[in-house]
Amino acid sequence: MQQSPTQDTLVGLFVASGIIGLFFLAMQISNLSSFIEDDGYTIKARFQNAGGLKIKSPVSVAGVKIGQVSAIQLGDDHRAVVAIKIKNQYNKLPSDTSASIFTAGLLGEQYINLDPGGMDDYLKENSEIDITQSAIILEQALGQFLFKKSADK
Amino acid sequence: MLKTFQNLGHTTLASFSKLGRASFFLLHALSGVPKLLLRPRLLINQLYSVGVLSFLIITISGLFVGMVISFQGFHILSDFGAEETLGVMVAASLVRELGPVMSALLFAGRAGSALTAEIGLMKATEQLSGMEMMAVDPIHRIIAPRYLAGIIAMPILAILFSCIGVLGGHLVGVGLLGVDNGSFWAQMQTKLDFRDDILNGVIKSIVFGCAVTWIALFEGYDTIPTSEGVSRATTRTVVNSAFTILGLDFILTTLMFGDN
Repeated sequence: MQQSPTQDTLVGLFVASGIIGLFFLAMQISNLSSFIEDDGYTIKARFQNAGGLKIKSPVSVAGVKIGQVSAIQLGDDHRAVVAIKIKNQYNKLPSDTSASIFTAGLLGEQYINLDPGGMDDYLKENSEIDITQSAIILEQALGQFLFKKSADK
Repeated sequence: MLKTFQNLGHTTLASFSKLGRASFFLLHALSGVPKLLLRPRLLINQLYSVGVLSFLIITISGLFVGMVISFQGFHILSDFGAEETLGVMVAASLVRELGPVMSALLFAGRAGSALTAEIGLMKATEQLSGMEMMAVDPIHRIIAPRYLAGIIAMPILAILFSCIGVLGGHLVGVGLLGVDNGSFWAQMQTKLDFRDDILNGVIKSIVFGCAVTWIALFEGYDTIPTSEGVSRATTRTVVNSAFTILGLDFILTTLMFGDN
């Protein structure tokens, strides 16, 4: 068997490229990198209906993603308590900010849109958003519309 | 009539005995692995011929497969106005299915057939019996390093196939068809999970690596030691590997992704 240093180098490069490839898949393609950037603060919002919101759904202000949903639970008052993790760089959200659940496009996934208010103090770790608007459920909206139509006649 | 049953019985018994021989062969080869770790030089030589030499065909195929999926996916997704999910489609199909399966099929054609021909020719030219005469166990010395090299090389090749495929998909989708670069990656990152998608793909490719290398080595070792026998064994390696890969892939997919 030949013992050439070139062969060793090539095998080494081959194995290294495999490891780099796995790293690339983990960081660039899957969501593993989002676990690392967990510097941020968590706020809570209570919704009448969380709709199709999922963990990791985006949270945005004016269309800019500033964080993501980190947990969804049912609160004591039978409302959905949604924990939102917001990146530290966006720490100037007024305390009377309102949250609403919107749908991206007709069939797209649901996301939370924050609408900043005008107060002077800011949202901090564990503060709660008071003004919320639930997800619009298409069946309910259609039902109300039809009900109204028939009542008008 | 009786002849037909006789033939059927003969084929059944022959395939069972082949399965039995293959199992003993595998156990014997695996028992040589600890000894092999003391002589890593044998393993590195095989990693070179099995892995490094397959590198080029795997990366080029990966690039083209990724570009083609991106092209076809874009045309269908744009009908629904969902071009932004192109990244998810390319990455998910590559990481979950096409990466492991395509690279295993290519591996069977590129490295598996070479292994069978090599071992078959060693047997035909009585090198294996020669080793036995020198009290060297040919299965430990020849088969075990090749088997381990196949198992190590296969997942690396599948990972590279997926990576290059995603880059090829990005090249066509973002570079040529004008999908937004940010949403291409961002949608991918939100939809794909490291454990559920990527690790399962890697596990698949390890299973394929075990199966393909086992088939290739056993067909070579079990060949009729003539030139015709070696040629038949090589054909059988490629055909049986392809069947095994596709069958195993179906079973593994049902187990891994069946419940969601």
